[in-house]
Amino acid sequence: MSKTVTANGFALDDSGQRVVVDPVCRIEGHLRIEVNVDENNTIRNAVSTGNMWRGLEIILKGRDPRDAWAFTERICGVCTGVHALVSCRAVEDALAIEIPKNANSIRNLMMLAQYTQDHLVHFYHLHALDWVDVVSALSADPAATSALQQSISPWPKSSPGYFRDVQNRIKRFVESGQLGPFANAYWGSPAYKLPAEANLMAVTHYLEALDFQKEIVKIHTIFGGRNPHPNWLVGGMPCSINVNDTGAVGAVNMAWLNQVSDIIDKSITFVDQVYIPDLKAIASFYKDWNYGGGLSGKNVMAYGEFPAIANNYTNESWMLPNGAILNGDLGTVYDVDPRDPEQIREFVTHSWYQYPDPDAGLHPWDGVTEPRFELGPNAKGTKTNIEALDEAAKYSWLKAPRWRGNAMEVGPLARYLVAYARGQEDIRAQVDGLLAELGLPITALFSTLGRTAARGLECSWTAHKMRVVFDEMLANIKTGDVATANMQKWEPETWPADARGVGFGEAPRGALGHWIHIQDTKLANYQAVVPTTWNASPRDPQGNIGAYEAALLGTPMANPEQPLEILRTIHSFDPCLACASHVMSPDGRELAHVRIR
Amino acid sequence: MTDAVDTCHHNFDTLILGIGNVLWADEGFGVRCIEALNERYEFEPGVRLMDGGTQGIFLLPWVRSAGRLLIFDAIDFGLAPATLKLIIGDAVPSYMAAKKVSMHQAGFQEVLSSAKLSGEFPGQVALVGVQPAILNDYGGSLTPGVKAQVEPALALAREVLQDWGIEFERRKTVLPARERTGPGALAIHDYEHGRPLPGGARP
Repeated sequence: MSKTVTANGFALDDSGQRVVVDPVCRIEGHLRIEVNVDENNTIRNAVSTGNMWRGLEIILKGRDPRDAWAFTERICGVCTGVHALVSCRAVEDALAIEIPKNANSIRNLMMLAQYTQDHLVHFYHLHALDWVDVVSALSADPAATSALQQSISPWPKSSPGYFRDVQNRIKRFVESGQLGPFANAYWGSPAYKLPAEANLMAVTHYLEALDFQKEIVKIHTIFGGRNPHPNWLVGGMPCSINVNDTGAVGAVNMAWLNQVSDIIDKSITFVDQVYIPDLKAIASFYKDWNYGGGLSGKNVMAYGEFPAIANNYTNESWMLPNGAILNGDLGTVYDVDPRDPEQIREFVTHSWYQYPDPDAGLHPWDGVTEPRFELGPNAKGTKTNIEALDEAAKYSWLKAPRWRGNAMEVGPLARYLVAYARGQEDIRAQVDGLLAELGLPITALFSTLGRTAARGLECSWTAHKMRVVFDEMLANIKTGDVATANMQKWEPETWPADARGVGFGEAPRGALGHWIHIQDTKLANYQAVVPTTWNASPRDPQGNIGAYEAALLGTPMANPEQPLEILRTIHSFDPCLACASHVMSPDGRELAHVRIR
Repeated sequence: MTDAVDTCHHNFDTLILGIGNVLWADEGFGVRCIEALNERYEFEPGVRLMDGGTQGIFLLPWVRSAGRLLIFDAIDFGLAPATLKLIIGDAVPSYMAAKKVSMHQAGFQEVLSSAKLSGEFPGQVALVGVQPAILNDYGGSLTPGVKAQVEPALALAREVLQDWGIEFERRKTVLPARERTGPGALAIHDYEHGRPLPGGARP
C-alpha cells in the first residue's frame, strides 16, 4: 500500500515503523491496535482488531425469547443491564407488547444509574491515569492541593490534612510494591502535563470514586432484585411496588424509594462537585493536545435513549435524540431507522467471517455469523501468534457495520453532537457553558478530550435526569397506578407464528441494537450490533476506516515504546471488547504488551 | 421464569463469590459452584452468595463490604485439566493474577488490589479453583471432568466456612425461585438442555 487516501478521506501511510499494542484495555476486554509511525513518531496508519469471536444466534437459536435477556446480559463484562433492556425491547417489539408507565420509569432509572456509575468508573478508573501521573502526585504540596481544590469546587473534602493523609496512604501502597491498579502505566512520561497538585487532587478523587460506587449500585439492587446481574422481564419489570405498608416480601416500598432518592442526591453532588471540576481542571492543562478526533468531526450516530413516553421509541419520546450527522454538517441531522434494510448493514470483507456474497452488506435481520479465520499474505507470524496483521486482507473478529455505507462513531460524543445539532436546549447549555469556560470553539469537541468531556457532561445530565424521572414516577404511583408489568401476552399461545423485532437504544458506550426473529414461539435468529463493533470496526469493501483507526491518525507519540497517546485515544471511546466477543487463544497475555518492528 | 425480587441487599459479612462466564464452557465453573451451593445449603444470616459473572471492577463494592471472601473460579494453575486446588490467604491475589484464563481475571485482580488500596480488604480470603479443560466452546456447559469437581469443590468450601465459624445446613425444602443466584434460564439444567444443536439447528 504505502500511501493512499481512504474513501472517507483519511490519508494512510504504512511505510514507517510498526508499533503493536496488545491489548490496550486497562481492565476489560481484549483489543489490539497496530500503527505505523513516521520518522517523527507521528501515527500515519492504524489497524484496530478485536481478536475474539461471538455469535449470539449460536447460543440462542431455539430458545424461549422471554429468556434471551438473561443470556445477552452475559455476553459483556461491563454493559450487562443495557443488553438485557434492549433484548426485552426487541421481544416486546416483535410481539407488540406494551409496558406500563412505571416499568418505563424504572427501566429509565436503572439505565440512568448505570450511565452515571459507568461514566464515573470509566473516567476515574479506566481513563484518568492516561492523563494523571500518580508518581507526580506523591511530590505534591498538600496545602497547594487544598488551595487548588477550594478554588474549583465547594466539595468539602479539601483540607491540607486530608490531602496529606491520602498522599501518605498512596505512598505506603506504592512503597509496599503492590502497584495494583497503578501498575500498567507510563509514569514520568513527558506526555503527562498536570502539575503535581492537580495530580494529587485527581488521584484522591480516584479513591473517593471507588467509595462512591458502593452507593450507586444499590439502585440496581432495589429495582432489579440482584446486583451485579439485575432481573429483567419481557412486558415490564419484575418488581412490585407497595408504598402504603411494607407489604409483600420483596415489594419496593417507601423506605426503599427514599433510599433511592437519597442516592440520587448524592450522585448529583458527587458528579457536579468532583467529576466535572476535575474534568475541567485536567482539560485546561491539555488544551493543546487536540488529537484523536477521527470520525467525530465527520460521521456520528445515535439511536436515541431514555424514552419519556412508555413504548415510544421515536424522537417524540427520546430524552437523548436519535440521529446521524454526515461530513461534520451539524446543520443536517438524518433519522436513523434500525428496521430499514438500506440503512444499517454489516460487512465482512476484512473480518474473519464469510458471506455468500463476500463484499455485500447484510442487514442484521438477515445476518449470518460463519467464521473464516485466515491471515493475509503480508501478515507476519502464525495464526496462533500474530506478529503483524495484513489489513489489506481479513484482520478482525469484528464485523464492519455501516450506516448508509458510512463508517460512524458512536458513544457519548456522538449523542451530544446529535442532540446539539438537533438544538436540544439542555445539552446546548451544557456544551456551550463548558466551551466558553475553557475558551474553546465547538470544533474542539472533535478530539479525544472532546469525547472524554462529553462523557462527563452526560454523567451530570444522567444524574440530574434520575431526579426528574424519580419524581415523575413517584407522582404516578401516588395516583394509585402501581402496575409494573403487562403479562397479557406472556403465554406463547398469544403470539403470532412468525415475528421479527428490533430493540435499540444507547449503551453508555454507544448505539446498541438487537434484531430478533421468532418462529413458532422460539428464537430463529438473534443478531446484536454493539457499540464497540461500530467504533473498533475494521475496514469495509469501499476502504472506509473505522472510528478507532481514524482517531489515531496524525497523533504524535512522545515515545513509541510508551504508547500513552494510543491508550488515551482508545480509552476515550470506553472500549468493551468483552462484549464484542471473547478470548480466542486461551493462554492469556500480559496486560500491556508493546511490540515494535 | 419470573424471578421475584431478592430482598437480601447489603447486610452481609461473608461473601461467597462465583466468577466467570457461564457461556464459555469451563469458564462457568465458579458460577456453577455458587448455584449448586445455594441449591443444597442454607446459611446463617450475614452470608451472601453471589454470581459475579465477569463484572470485574464493578464487583469492588461487594468485595470491600465483605469481612470474609470465598471465591470460586476457573484458574490456570498449569496442572492437569479438572484439577481442584484450594488457596487460602495472602496467596489468593497472585493466583488470580498469574496466568489468566480469561479477561475477567484481569478485572478481578484489579478488584482485589483496588480493595487493598481503598483500605477495605476482607480479613479472610480463600479461593477454590479448578483447572479448566475447555474454554472456547461458546454456549457450552462444563466439561464432564470439571463438572465432576463441583461437589468436591463444595466440600472444600464447607471446610473453609467451618474454619471461619460459619453455620449452614442442608436445605430441607426446594430452593424458592426468588432465592436463586441467577436467572432460571441460565440454571445449569435449562441452559444445557436448551442449547442449539451444532450448526445452529433447532433442538
